[in-house]
Amino acid sequence: MKGLTMRRLATAVALTMALASGTQVAAADTTLAAVKQRGELVCGANGTLAGFGMPDPQGSWTGFDVDFCRAIAAAIFNDPQKVKFVPLTAKDRFTALQSGEIDVLSRNTTWTLSRDTSLGLDFAAVTYFDGQGFMVRKALKVSSALELSDASVCVQQGTTSELNLADYFRSNRMSLKSVTFATGEEALKAYESGRCDAYTTDSSGLYGERLELSDPSQHIVLPEIISKEPLSSVVRHGDNQWTDIVRWTHFVMIDAEELGINKGNVDAKLKSDDPETRRLLGVEGQYGEALGLTNDWAYRIIKHIGNYGESFERNIGQGSPLKIVRGLNALWTKGGLQYGPPVR
Amino acid sequence: MLQQALLTRRRLGGVILQIAIVVLIGGLGYWAAYNAALNLSRANIASGFGFWNNTAGFDISQTLIAYSASTSSFGRAFWVGLLNTLLVGAVGIVLATILGFVIGIARLSNNWLVARLAGGYVELVRNVPLLLQLLFWYNAVLKSLPLLHGSMALPGGAILNNRGLFLPRPVFAANFSAVVVAFVVGLACAIGLTIWSRWRRERTGADAHIFWPVLALIVGLPLIVFVAAGFPLHFNLPQMGRFNVSGGLEILPEFAALALALSIYTAAFIAEVVRAGVLAVSHGQTEAAQALGLRSGHTLRLVVLPQAMRVIVPPLTSQYLNLIKNSSLAVVIGYPDLVQVFAGSVLNITGQAVEVIALTMAVYLAISLFTSLAMNLYARSMAIAER
Repeated sequence: MKGLTMRRLATAVALTMALASGTQVAAADTTLAAVKQRGELVCGANGTLAGFGMPDPQGSWTGFDVDFCRAIAAAIFNDPQKVKFVPLTAKDRFTALQSGEIDVLSRNTTWTLSRDTSLGLDFAAVTYFDGQGFMVRKALKVSSALELSDASVCVQQGTTSELNLADYFRSNRMSLKSVTFATGEEALKAYESGRCDAYTTDSSGLYGERLELSDPSQHIVLPEIISKEPLSSVVRHGDNQWTDIVRWTHFVMIDAEELGINKGNVDAKLKSDDPETRRLLGVEGQYGEALGLTNDWAYRIIKHIGNYGESFERNIGQGSPLKIVRGLNALWTKGGLQYGPPVR
Repeated sequence: MLQQALLTRRRLGGVILQIAIVVLIGGLGYWAAYNAALNLSRANIASGFGFWNNTAGFDISQTLIAYSASTSSFGRAFWVGLLNTLLVGAVGIVLATILGFVIGIARLSNNWLVARLAGGYVELVRNVPLLLQLLFWYNAVLKSLPLLHGSMALPGGAILNNRGLFLPRPVFAANFSAVVVAFVVGLACAIGLTIWSRWRRERTGADAHIFWPVLALIVGLPLIVFVAAGFPLHFNLPQMGRFNVSGGLEILPEFAALALALSIYTAAFIAEVVRAGVLAVSHGQTEAAQALGLRSGHTLRLVVLPQAMRVIVPPLTSQYLNLIKNSSLAVVIGYPDLVQVFAGSVLNITGQAVEVIALTMAVYLAISLFTSLAMNLYARSMAIAER
């Protein structure tokens, strides 16, 4: 905990120093060249959010956001293990990316206009469509967030949640007592100890964090979704090739799901006659080389990680303790919002 | 002649060297600022303090000045954070000083048990990291307090639970200012009386018993005016609501934990400073005072401590500075101090790390320099006045 707090300050100070001492923050060469030369991808991840990004007891990182970084590594190196994960709090994530400490940020980060324009960053692709919710104790006998006037709410600092919370209470003319913590972990702990009546974050996070409480059955997630939270991967502004690689890593995983290509059948699909499948897997065309990768880059992603649906179900869906339904994150063909542009 | 020329040349060389160093340091500073601006614009990161007047949009749990998420600016949030830092710093310094002096003197006590207890306190507290102590107090404070619905009702209408301590909040009527005026007048008269009695003692040696008159001036006079003005004060009592206590004066558990941890930790160091200061006064001074027939309390207060203070003040200043800087650990337990609010929420929402961190550093530097200045002035007033 101390480490994280100190790291945040250290990162901010390091950025200040780096900028002041004239170090070229964005590497002179492209990010892709730097990653290849280093031999591994450095990925900013959550570190404490079950299902999305967290090291397992053996120290190996797992989760939906983690899989996305592994997919990029698979596309570049044909090896999903060539990723170094850096755990980041909401507060230090952007400075870590700006200062060049990480290559890509894959950490439940909401895409907003001000972040897109003033931070020197670009949002590559929305990997998860989310919205903010509230968790309360069952004993409180509250069935709607609109009954929370005057309640104490624990929230993590530096998040859109912190801002949405104030907005929501204000627009519904309710009075708010928020208690703000530097990390989600501390905020959740304070909620559990009774310091707050409610805990708020993206609803995907609520599912994961509820399971970390000592008795999850004593807590409920309220039905209201109070905001739009398009969670996106983030890269530095200005390196368009790298943005394309990160963006299309997400798109090919969606396309693969739509075409019915998965981890199990990808080798068989190489012999498919379907032109879309052939282009996606690099049997036809030079699409991978256009990105600065090899033509079988998408094949590598599917082979090692699987398609979008597989990663979803394995980490946060029915194959996980979280049991999140696809909802907005279903394919566009199934009533959701996930839509991959064509590979051609 | 030659010697003089050499001396002048040497002095000239020294001056040139000093000028060169100043120019070098200034140039380095300018170069760093220029580079930072250049790199920021090259990386497409917004820079400058244009965000200062934009709406903050986030809530803060403790605000000493009016603040609302919907209308207040980032600049306002900065002041809220700064005042919270100053508040916990001031409360911490007062508590740490009182506790530190008591423990430091207790450590020198002839009473075996008292001295050992004080020694144990110092060794235990100063050898455990402050962060751990802070988390201990926060969790100890939080976990041991009753939940909202089991709130403890304290005498006088106060309420205590794990959301904080809620005290009756005084509400002043318009004519309360008369009481304030009476207090100021009483205080001025009391100070005048004290100076007069000291002057008379130095002239004639006669001790005037001015305790009761002073008390009457400071407490009695405002009290009479208070009654005469028709009790221009009532209390806003905290009320139990469905989720929270409303009304009253709220003391957050985060504030209590931070103030407690900072003062208990710093008091251990102050105790050692005080002990060193007292031991630095030669024992002959004590013996001389006893030979004059002074009681031990008087010996300590009139002879030993004034001399010890000259040794105590410089290291005491360092301890005060440490306390103020350590208050930034507030971020761990969610107390909205400058680092938490400004270098936390504001930094993250605006993304302007360079400006925010630089300003935060400058503020801590200014607070520390100001504290040093005040302590140096105090030390000067304590210096030996040669007669």
